[in-house]
Amino acid sequence: MGGHLNINHLMFLGQGALWTVGLSVIALIGGGIVGFVIALARISPLKSVRIASAVYVQLIQGTPLLVILFLGYFGLAAIGLKVSPLAAAGASLTLYVAAYLGEIWRGCIQSVPKPQWEAAEGLALSRTQRMTKVILPQAIRIATPPTVGFMVQIIKNTSLASVVGFVELMRSGQIVNNSLFEPFAIYAIIAVTYFAMCYPLSLFSQKLEQRMGRGRSTLAPA
Amino acid sequence: MQQNPSPSEPIVSLRDVKKSFGPLLVLDGVSFAVQRGEVLALIGRSGSGKSTALRCIDRFEKVDGGEIVVCGHRVDRPDVNLRALRQDVGIVFQSYNLFPHLTIEQNITLAPCAVKGVATAQAKDLARKVLAQVGLEEKLHAYPEQLSGGQQQRAAIARSLAMQPKVMLFDEVTSALDPELTAEVLRVIEQLAADGMTMVMVTHEMGFAKGIADRIVFMHRGKVHETGPASILTSPTTPELTQFVGTGNLKS
Repeated sequence: MGGHLNINHLMFLGQGALWTVGLSVIALIGGGIVGFVIALARISPLKSVRIASAVYVQLIQGTPLLVILFLGYFGLAAIGLKVSPLAAAGASLTLYVAAYLGEIWRGCIQSVPKPQWEAAEGLALSRTQRMTKVILPQAIRIATPPTVGFMVQIIKNTSLASVVGFVELMRSGQIVNNSLFEPFAIYAIIAVTYFAMCYPLSLFSQKLEQRMGRGRSTLAPA
Repeated sequence: MQQNPSPSEPIVSLRDVKKSFGPLLVLDGVSFAVQRGEVLALIGRSGSGKSTALRCIDRFEKVDGGEIVVCGHRVDRPDVNLRALRQDVGIVFQSYNLFPHLTIEQNITLAPCAVKGVATAQAKDLARKVLAQVGLEEKLHAYPEQLSGGQQQRAAIARSLAMQPKVMLFDEVTSALDPELTAEVLRVIEQLAADGMTMVMVTHEMGFAKGIADRIVFMHRGKVHETGPASILTSPTTPELTQFVGTGNLKS
């Protein structure tokens, strides 16, 4: 204990903030890819695929992220797989984000009016062509605002990765606090930093939603 | 599964087709046939099964029994080649269903390019040709939302025509339109009929059905109740059809 908050501490926090951004990006990209597969699996013509993906979504959504992180880090270690905090946090967040994005995107795909599917079917397009050329371009427009909104959740949830020893913004704050013991000042800095990362995204999401509202007529069946 | 139909064989034939939605029997042994170049109008009250019958032809509904043959495809069989069937059959819906994220040209060229492998330049020529047929050449680069309902429906007809179908199905294509826009869509369909297109249409426009249809099929409670040339609309033989045309406006 001792000393005052100085530039080195702030640099350390800044580095943590960068890792928060990095982990968020990993979670978003990994979760986005897996989530896209989940979304497609949830509306698969094969019942077994639909059920398997639904079970996955329910399991993940019914489990605290904290527990998933512990399972990823300590669970894998217990069965002899030594993983780094970054790998454990990245993999856990990917699984977590995939379940939520998969559900969000499934909803968006299904909200494209059914007659659009039928019109595409009537033109003899294959299922893949219907998806890629007719449904997904419309679903992406619908999906953009809620996806950006969910990114805010991802950024905040990366703070839980601190429990497996991954030094992101939260963990770096804890470390600095351990040497300075000025919790209020340090956690206030942390809070403001999270807010500075999340608020622009929230604003962006709101703006997108407003724009969607104006353009809604383009999504109606006729 | 797919034989080459001889010229005398009907393009579309339904024999004793049965279809239920849950406990509701919608088609109760429906039979009719459409010859090459013929225009058949399916009429009847809401809920009489006429739209379901039409949708069965393109297999948007699976039938529970009976036989459907369309351009040689056995539509009632589970192993029917749907993509081949739908290249032979064009369908136009009440709600137009143009793809809102694509221009009219892209709406039209999508299927010929993706399904038939037509080259882009050729497909664009085709788009111009079919749009000219429906009188919308100038809307090539417009988006669907920029068009009136009647224009959207004409564009949807053009999109179907671009696949050069052997038979066209029209499912209440003017029901969402006001009388003026209805007239412009009906003129397009009349021209198609004059050009010899085989067509099956579900319609509430009795005057139009009378003017254009070679044959009328009046459906009542899931059955073909009365069928015959367009003249049955003016001299119906069953009390149900008498009552039905009596309630409609028979303008010509």
